Amino acid sequence: MLYSSIGYYALILGLGISLILVYFSIKNFKNSSTLNTKILSFTFLQFFLVVISFICLIISFVLSDFSNETVFNNSHTTKPLFYKIAGTWGNHEGSLLLWLLVLTLFIFIFFLKTKNQPLKYKLLTLIFQQIIIIGFSLFLIKTSNPFNFIFPTPEEGMGLNPILQDPALAIHPPILYLGYVGSSIIFSSALAATYLNIVSKVWASHIKKWIIASWVFLTLGILLGSIWAYYELGWGGFWFWDPVENVSLMPWLALTTLLHCIMILEKKQVLTSWVIILSISTFTLSMCGTFLVRSGILNSVHTFANDPERGLFILVFLFSLIFISLFIFFFFNKSSPNNSNSIFWLSKETSIMINNWFMMYFLSVVLIGTIYPIFLEVLSSQKISVGPPFYYKLIIPFLIPFLIAMAIGPKLKWIKSNIEDKVYLISFLIISIVLSFLIIKKFNSNLLINTILVSSALYLFFITLRDFFIKKYTNVSQNIAHFGFSLLILSILLNSLFSSEIITNLKVGETFTSSNAKIIFKSINQKEKKNYKSVTANFSIENLDGTIEDLSPELRIYNQPNIVTSEADIKTTFLSDKFIVINIVQNQDYFNVRYQVKPFMLWIWLSVILISFGGLISFFKKEYEK
Amino acid sequence: MKNKLLPIFITFIFIIIFIFFYSGLKNTNIYTPEIKINNKIPSFKGDLIYSDETINSSNIFKSDKFYLLNIWSSWCVPCRKEHALLMKLKEIKKIEVIGINYKDKKINAENFLTELGNPYEKIIFDQEGVISIEWGAYGVPESFLIKDEIIIKRYIGPLDKKLIEEMKLIIK
Repeated sequence: MLYSSIGYYALILGLGISLILVYFSIKNFKNSSTLNTKILSFTFLQFFLVVISFICLIISFVLSDFSNETVFNNSHTTKPLFYKIAGTWGNHEGSLLLWLLVLTLFIFIFFLKTKNQPLKYKLLTLIFQQIIIIGFSLFLIKTSNPFNFIFPTPEEGMGLNPILQDPALAIHPPILYLGYVGSSIIFSSALAATYLNIVSKVWASHIKKWIIASWVFLTLGILLGSIWAYYELGWGGFWFWDPVENVSLMPWLALTTLLHCIMILEKKQVLTSWVIILSISTFTLSMCGTFLVRSGILNSVHTFANDPERGLFILVFLFSLIFISLFIFFFFNKSSPNNSNSIFWLSKETSIMINNWFMMYFLSVVLIGTIYPIFLEVLSSQKISVGPPFYYKLIIPFLIPFLIAMAIGPKLKWIKSNIEDKVYLISFLIISIVLSFLIIKKFNSNLLINTILVSSALYLFFITLRDFFIKKYTNVSQNIAHFGFSLLILSILLNSLFSSEIITNLKVGETFTSSNAKIIFKSINQKEKKNYKSVTANFSIENLDGTIEDLSPELRIYNQPNIVTSEADIKTTFLSDKFIVINIVQNQDYFNVRYQVKPFMLWIWLSVILISFGGLISFFKKEYEK
Repeated sequence: MKNKLLPIFITFIFIIIFIFFYSGLKNTNIYTPEIKINNKIPSFKGDLIYSDETINSSNIFKSDKFYLLNIWSSWCVPCRKEHALLMKLKEIKKIEVIGINYKDKKINAENFLTELGNPYEKIIFDQEGVISIEWGAYGVPESFLIKDEIIIKRYIGPLDKKLIEEMKLIIK
């Protein structure tokens, strides 16, 4: 009770401070050359209030205070403490409060860290950021208040959705939000810089740190979500082209493109429009994602509640931001003269432009695949779902030139260059083609396209690996990130080419024999756990080469709420994952068993970590050399 | 002039997107196929196994015979047991058995039928499982008894001798 009230009023005070901050900033913007010190104090105070509000919500969860509606809907006394705390952001209201917390934290850090920038720029960024904060605060207070009371106080809560009771998922939202909200700073500062017409090399090197940091968080956030889906959802895949995954991929693509553009802007005064538009779209795409998954317009694991009122609010807010940014872009962006024609065709700039256009293409494919079903339904009330084949057909062919450009591009110099080490480039290409031909021929029938695909990925792999060892190119972070990317594509390709799957229905004691493995369903154990009943099935798999493996997938029957989840049992080795999962078949005495052998799974995760590590190095590096 | 048109054009596009999203909000998105006994069968389109034809549902159930629509898969163990009963049904003239092959591999399905015999007049290949969803199927196996494009009876789970006798009575 008490904590809910404190949290609620702290939130309202936080909103009030936003208004005060906007007022002071505008006043200071008009007639002063020094920063009004109150502004910094108020920014901190706002952050502090939101922290209090957030802590109050956590305390309500820890104490299982069911007079709070959010706690009642998403918690239960038997839940382990760790998930009580994680449950704070495992629901719509709490996650929005977390979002607000990160927003206020980032603007505070921005103010502390931004020196040597014009005062007007800082103030304007603050104003734009406060507009976003006001929008979210209103949204939170009006439609998704995390501190609603219930009277009379219920005895027991409804429990947290069991599939969310998982360590990876406890840290997935905060990390992802750091990425999303980081993009809000980029958004605000790009608008401010456009308005003041200071989009320049200096601005670029200042905002670059924010871009890299958001990018690293976004990458890691997506990775965590993907890992969770792999072992918890029990489908045995890591990416399903589900709308929810797509809405996190879209800002990532935009941000990655921005990351490359900002490096050019830092060197030469070109691509300013690209940078501004990408800064705007990264954040609006994140917001758009919030709209799509929170409004219930798309169905997914992230749809906490279908509430049209919430959807409408975010929609109006999102489009207000879009129109404000369009207005600023069209009326204040003055493209500096002689910038577009000065790019020589064989230069780093061109290669980055090529990268941009490929990225924009991938982005449009994902965007269309995600929102086309909504449009179609509005037009013809037809339900369709856009599945993996759509994305594969449209993305894979373009991946080939993209990978090759990625291998050669970074070797080019700024402004004008010739390709060096032609011998190496060509010989590596031949080696890659021969090698992938041999690999694919041995295992697979669809020869031509797979050979080309694998060889282009291998090509990038070899080139980046060689660059890394000869240390000829000083940009280590780029090298590592690109190497990670080649490893990622390679692992994904080999994984999808060589995965095998057996689906069958089995009773205890039965054996299923297929051409490459024998699955023996040995026994079943039941155990009572704190808030669920665990049913563990013991399997023994006999492989062709005679090796035997024991795997024990689990079913968890949660009591609050009454949901059954499947916990896959996965044996991870250096080269492949053995994945087995069981499901209950209604009213039958057999289980549905899925057994999969998935090569190079571990490498998919490792390569994404490598990619982010590349970004991390770049973040801590003092100066961008060369 | 060109510079003035572009902002208006882009603003216009965003307004349209807004309208689409706005109207999309009002639609619910939880889709449950309405399958009821004594209702008309859902219409669908699918590819046939053993020929490369695509067939429309209206062309499958058009004669005045009874139809048994059976959803099966080679990986489904109870389907194996049920199969012998379906083979017996094949001998009855007044009923045709139509198969929907659910989330299967063509080769496995064909091997299954070579081993155990093919009771089906036509088999629709439902690799994605979409057609079975349209029928509101809970799982495999599942069967529907159909006459004049109307679902008369629904059998969830494998058929057994008793159910087959019952079916024979209905047909008579």
